[in-house]
Amino acid sequence: MLEVNGLRVSYGGIQAVRGISFHVNEGEMVALIGANGAGKSSTLRALARLLDPAGGSVRYRGKELLPLPPHALVAEGIALVPEGRGVFPRMTSLENLRMGAYARSDKAAIEQDLEQVLGHFPRLKERGQQLAGTLSGGEQQMLAIGRALMSRPRLMLLDEPSMGLAPIMVQKIFEVIRTVASDGMTILLVEQNAKLALEVSQRGYVMESGEITVTNESTHLLADPKVRAAYLGE
Amino acid sequence: MDTLLQQLINGITLGAVYALVALGYTMVYGIIGLINFAHGEVVMIGTMVAFTVIVSLAGSAMAPLMILGIGVAVSVVVCMVLGWALERVAYRPLRHAPRLTPLITAIGMSIVLQNVAMIIWGRNYITFPPMIGKHIYEFGGASFTNVQIAIVTLAALMMLGLIYLVHRTRIGMAMRATAQNQHVAALMGVDIDRVIAMAFIIGSALGAVAGCMVGSYYEIAHYQMGFMLGLKAFTAAVLGGIGNLAGAMAGGLLLGVIEALGAGYIGDLTGDFLGSHYQDIFAFIVLIIVLMFRPSGLFGERTGDRA
Repeated sequence: MLEVNGLRVSYGGIQAVRGISFHVNEGEMVALIGANGAGKSSTLRALARLLDPAGGSVRYRGKELLPLPPHALVAEGIALVPEGRGVFPRMTSLENLRMGAYARSDKAAIEQDLEQVLGHFPRLKERGQQLAGTLSGGEQQMLAIGRALMSRPRLMLLDEPSMGLAPIMVQKIFEVIRTVASDGMTILLVEQNAKLALEVSQRGYVMESGEITVTNESTHLLADPKVRAAYLGE
Repeated sequence: MDTLLQQLINGITLGAVYALVALGYTMVYGIIGLINFAHGEVVMIGTMVAFTVIVSLAGSAMAPLMILGIGVAVSVVVCMVLGWALERVAYRPLRHAPRLTPLITAIGMSIVLQNVAMIIWGRNYITFPPMIGKHIYEFGGASFTNVQIAIVTLAALMMLGLIYLVHRTRIGMAMRATAQNQHVAALMGVDIDRVIAMAFIIGSALGAVAGCMVGSYYEIAHYQMGFMLGLKAFTAAVLGGIGNLAGAMAGGLLLGVIEALGAGYIGDLTGDFLGSHYQDIFAFIVLIIVLMFRPSGLFGERTGDRA
């Protein structure tokens, strides 16, 4: 479904991503793990066009994505849950969710999806009229995921969904990610919490200094002594 | 007592105009963090275009109100195009430049527009032909005119319309989202370039109407009139909390009232040493006080951050 070839990202001459290649199959959850600064988020941000890649190709359902303007991606079925949530702080939770469906025009289906998302996150229903900026970190993360779902994506890019959350909240968020994935969503998950990411995903790529160094099925990666030593704290 | 009431009435009229112009500053600032110093000149062009249309139609058989309406409509359209062009030509290429660059460009555009207006309309004051037969109403020792009623009513309607647009329509949602987080708004499918252009276009339309109001109220126009008007409206936007729509409306009204009261009482306050033609100092006293004690403005919820 997604095929990335030779993707490069630079920040003023410093290469953060050095020509990496990977792919995500339809219906699969793939984890991109690695230490802080390895280039995982840069990769995801380049895919979502929050920054312009220095080179490479990104093919999605047979179509080259890089020439498209950033706002065209959502119509292709790609949704990013950005690092740090990126909710609209001075809009209510409901308005945030509706912004997720901004590119859609099928009103009846939007209302249906809204009900479904609120079903996933009863907490957001209670907080519907509250400004998103006043929600807790975990609630904001739920909102960001819900908002992404509202665009009816085929591919979800999740950037560090566990970051800055209490362990109990992390469990909740990952439960939802699991549910969404089991409904057939294709997911590319970038996560510093390697153990958690490998537990929910089918395959994983390990990034180190801007390059992919190891790739395998997640269960194998979880058992790999080198991965365990470097990323699972053993 | 009658001075107080009279100056309140005058202040609200003036304030309604300031509020409309201030909205243009605050909308653009809220979305791209730029103080569009050329906005006052857009308002001036609005007055001038309406003047030209009205003068050229004045001899015709059309009803005066019809002529005024056409003048305002043409002025609105011209200013919308001008606002769009300003963003496209002067600011968009500098979107990723350091913040001072577009600010200086804005001042440059303001000078350019003033000079263009001077070439077209000359350097003398021009008389804005009154198209509304003036009626004066007396109320509690003060008087007001139907022109003032029209100005305040129209301004209020336009502000309500803007609030509706921003909170209830798709483009309004997109504008609010863009002001709060531009990158994420793009991820939702919002075409950021279009939203920014819309902020300029809507702001300029409001400015054009404000320009026509100023022309009808003072019955006079000049190619430099946009400078002081723009500066005061900018002050009103800062007073309300720049980037905040309700703030611009409240700030405009408040500034108008402060200025009118100041002009009404300055003679008494200084033992007739300063006359009411010193009224301009009040706007800037307000600006200095706000910047010193509450730089985020009355309604400003955010300090430091830029959308």
